[in-house]
Amino acid sequence: MSWLNPSDIGFASRSKLADLGYAARLFLRLLKLAGVSFKRFGLVRDQIHFLGNHSLLIITVSGLFVGFVLGLQGYYTLQRYGAAESLGLLVALSLVRELGPVVTALLFAGRAGTALTAEVGLMKRDEVLTYMEMSAIDPVSRILAPRFWGGVIAMPILTAVFSAVGILGGYVVGVLMIGVDGGAFWSQMQGGVDVWRDVGNGIVKSIVFGLAVSFIALFQGFEAQPTPEGVSRATTRTVVMGSLAVLGLDFLLTAMMFSI
Amino acid sequence: MMNGLDAPLQGFFIFMTDPIISSAPTSPLVEFHGVEFGYGSGRKILDGVSLQIERGKVTALMGASGGGKTTVLRLIGGQVKAQRGQVLLDGSDIGTLDQNGLYAARRRMGMLFQFGALFTDLSAFDNVAFPLRELTDLPESLIRDIVLMKLGAVGLRGARDLMPSELSGGMARRVALARAMALDPELMMYDEPFAGLDPISLGTSAQLIRQLNDTLGMTSIIVSHDLEETFKIADRVIILANGKIAAQGTPEEVRHSQDPLVHQFVNALADGPVKFHYPGTSVEEDFGSGISKTGTHG
Repeated sequence: MSWLNPSDIGFASRSKLADLGYAARLFLRLLKLAGVSFKRFGLVRDQIHFLGNHSLLIITVSGLFVGFVLGLQGYYTLQRYGAAESLGLLVALSLVRELGPVVTALLFAGRAGTALTAEVGLMKRDEVLTYMEMSAIDPVSRILAPRFWGGVIAMPILTAVFSAVGILGGYVVGVLMIGVDGGAFWSQMQGGVDVWRDVGNGIVKSIVFGLAVSFIALFQGFEAQPTPEGVSRATTRTVVMGSLAVLGLDFLLTAMMFSI
Repeated sequence: MMNGLDAPLQGFFIFMTDPIISSAPTSPLVEFHGVEFGYGSGRKILDGVSLQIERGKVTALMGASGGGKTTVLRLIGGQVKAQRGQVLLDGSDIGTLDQNGLYAARRRMGMLFQFGALFTDLSAFDNVAFPLRELTDLPESLIRDIVLMKLGAVGLRGARDLMPSELSGGMARRVALARAMALDPELMMYDEPFAGLDPISLGTSAQLIRQLNDTLGMTSIIVSHDLEETFKIADRVIILANGKIAAQGTPEEVRHSQDPLVHQFVNALADGPVKFHYPGTSVEEDFGSGISKTGTHG
């Protein structure tokens, strides 16, 4: 393989394009399988429990600490301008618009995404997916789709929990420890946070991140080499690609939301 | 000889539905016509193979590792497609079927994987119930009865609540066998059913395969390396080597074959047409010229 040889470049680009096309088709199939998945909601519910409930600890603890830090840093900046009462607004906007969806998605990729990749990759290695294929049971519809939709539903809920706990963390530091006025903290937040422009945007972001991270995790597991090394590489790729996708999509979505 | 298995199977036999009898019982169930297959651009795994799997018989596919035995199973199941030639299941070409046609064909088959391929998060009962729940609309009470009968047929009715991690290798494979039989397939394919089993499990598994074949009117294909057990239960043996069929016939005919490769295989000789040493540099090149006088291989 040489990057100077046109035929090698052509071959590499063609196989990458084919991979991309395959991934896109699988993504569309998973979207189309929404109806089938929700008809058997028990399977999706189990995945929401597995991916969501089991991620709650890391999400709440992280949310709390991010809220603490926002309270401290926000107070430091705002008090220079004599606007310390706006701390509630700053904490809420930062969390709801940006930090909530992004940090939750990054944690989700690390906690639940890797679990999905390893589970599906090991199913492939143990020939469970081949067994299903050979028994006329479609593994995409039975194994991947419920996990995909479970992840997509769990993400906004986890994001909401993260933001809510973060705001409480900001309250603890700002109001209870530093001494910002509690009434100002809540009323500024109530007056300044818009349901559609701020909370709505955050929800849209978290749904898009849910689609991206869940798909990347499942695709990596589904396409993993069926060896211990292959599954380990796939899990690593889930975290790397999942995190990069979240950050890249975050910029795109934020830019689009500012322009609307 | 089979008294250990008779009792559970009799109970099983009473409940079972009639085996599917094809319209043309004399024609072979599976036919290969001049099948060629290779992965990528490398060497051909199968090179113009033509064979027939007869209905109601136990056919053993044997040969050295990498000789294309599992590929034959994959071709029958339509997981891979022949690059040339035809694979026919009951007269219809597997290679030309679309997804729905392929799934319909696969419902007539059961496959036992080398390590069972059980769902590790489901109990033995739920593993066997899985294809019934996915592919039929049977009420749960009926599914329970079928599952317990199938588990009874493999002697594991008492192990219904155990998880795969609590089963031994041989037991896991028997649960997988019960699962593969859950929908009463016409054709059962066994991929290395004897690998890694202790002598007792090995004997029972072999008898079980033979007995299930006869009582349920199935057609069985066994891919195996275990000469003794396989020759004991098989009606026909096909030996694959270098992408072609080296010998086929009854176990007795194959055992007395004059073909040097088959002779090496059935007598388990280290050297013959299949070399013990992987091709590479000569001994002289690796160790110096003095060593060649000792007369080692190479």
